[in-house]
Amino acid sequence: MKIDKDIPTDDAPVIRIRDLSIAFGSHVVLDGFEMTLAKGEDLVVLGKSGSGKSVLIKCIIGLLTPDRGSIQVLNDEVTEMDHPALDQMRARVGFLFQSNALYDSMTVRENLEFPLRRHWIQLSQGEVDDMVMEALTNVGLAETVDLMPSELSGGMRKRIALARTLILKPEIILYDEPTTGLDPITSRGISDLMVEIADKYKTSSVIISHDMRCVERTSERIIMLIDGKCHLTGSYAELSRSKDPVVMPFFQ
Amino acid sequence: MVGKASEIISSLQTLTLKIPKQTMTFLQESGGLARFSGRVFTEGLRPPFELSEFLRQCYLIGNKSLPLVGTTAFIMGMVLTIQLRPALLSYGVESELPYIVADAIIREIGPVITGLIFAGKIGSGIGAELGSMNVTEQIDAMEVSGTNPFRYLVVTRVLAATLMLPLLVLLSDAIAITGSFIGINIKGVMSFSLFTDEIFQFLDFTDVFPPLIKTFFFGFSVGIVGCYKGYTSSRGTEGVGRSANASVVIASMLIFLIDLIAVQITDLLGFN
Ligand SMILES: Nc1ncnc2c1ncn2[C@@H]1O[C@H](COP(=O)(O)OP(=O)(O)OP(=O)(O)O)[C@@H](O)[C@H]1O
Ligand SMILES: [Mg+2]
Repeated sequence: MKIDKDIPTDDAPVIRIRDLSIAFGSHVVLDGFEMTLAKGEDLVVLGKSGSGKSVLIKCIIGLLTPDRGSIQVLNDEVTEMDHPALDQMRARVGFLFQSNALYDSMTVRENLEFPLRRHWIQLSQGEVDDMVMEALTNVGLAETVDLMPSELSGGMRKRIALARTLILKPEIILYDEPTTGLDPITSRGISDLMVEIADKYKTSSVIISHDMRCVERTSERIIMLIDGKCHLTGSYAELSRSKDPVVMPFFQ
Repeated sequence: MVGKASEIISSLQTLTLKIPKQTMTFLQESGGLARFSGRVFTEGLRPPFELSEFLRQCYLIGNKSLPLVGTTAFIMGMVLTIQLRPALLSYGVESELPYIVADAIIREIGPVITGLIFAGKIGSGIGAELGSMNVTEQIDAMEVSGTNPFRYLVVTRVLAATLMLPLLVLLSDAIAITGSFIGINIKGVMSFSLFTDEIFQFLDFTDVFPPLIKTFFFGFSVGIVGCYKGYTSSRGTEGVGRSANASVVIASMLIFLIDLIAVQITDLLGFN
């Protein structure tokens, strides 16, 4: 029995990653990456395109299995989970996909009902309807409930995807580039929404982004992911003053 | 002794190197497809079963292919009848036209043509659908939503295709035979009861049963190839087009291959 884990206290980190390494063939993507996410913290992971940010959060949610290292989410080791345990963990951890991943063949309502019905089978139709409307109201798109994803704009789709992530009231949210590809105003709206959600539901979040306005707005702390490792960590203000040649370009 | 063994190994190695790239790809793909089929059985036999998604797929598959299958079957039956008529007339066995056409349709033309249309319509549809779901991370999204995407997407579609094609073939046979009846009456006169009597007088179990069995295999091939190509497609939009296209080509080839094997088996059993 290790003393440093398994004892959930209020200030224990909700995610703790140690020595995480993963390679695809000979291409090493993460190499001894370390990270902790405190309860209630909003952490941004910053890195170049292709540096393995998406791979990192896919490892956290158990979609990819690392070659080496440990990932503890809510005090349980993800790399040792079987399917039922993974499902239990995934009901508590929301994931916003880089490409939204809305189901094209389903309406907005069915998209939102899907995780609810799958994770919490015992809900009544009335409860499901209420939760769908609450999630849609949170993102300000209650009127789109019967539309198909193809009928929505890019920004609307992102917000619907966010509503689908929020519908299970996750304790941790993993955002994969929530504002990429959106115009500055819509992007600002999404960033505001993320901050609002964090305050309202007291979630902790890992945010992947290279949209510096979103980073500035949403981050409490930033991790620089460079060459598969945590290169530097600090607040936005601290990092923006950094003279490190690999960090500076991000803040110019 | 050792020298001889290493000689053999090195000559084997040069031989392997000489195997063209296409052959390697072919072998890899076949292996992949075989493993994928095995997974359908192991995962498909374990609960939970995605019953409502399975029924929805049956409905969609039937609904999508019915118009095309019906139209082609009708035309096929009629054209075949009109074209065979002069030949039978010259042998003086015109009265056997209904049976000959019906037998050709039931044994070969109905299953194969319907199978090919099914591969074109349903196989490519499944390939493109799962391919784009893969590219846009919808499959991953299902997985994080407490769903086994393989069971939800693949097992249901393979099973639906396997069960729906035989039904469609039976229907297409019936429509083609109706087309044949109309074809006969364009050039001559024959009552419907005489027409059906002519068919059922000769038609027996060995005409109907073996073709029905092979259509299950046709349906399975179309479903499994479409799912395999879509589910394992490479990321990127061109991957979607490629998986749709490859689904049709491979499924069509498998249909002919199964047809060839089926005829050998029925021949051995004395059913031909
Ligand atoms: N399933 C996979 N198989 C093989 N290689 C992969 C796979 N997933 C990711 N990679 C590789 O891992 C590297 C990191 O990919 P990742 O998607 O994490 O980048 P990213 O940091 O999220 O970039 P972006 O900002 O463009 O989204 C890339 O070089 C990619 O080619
Ligand atoms: Mg990414």
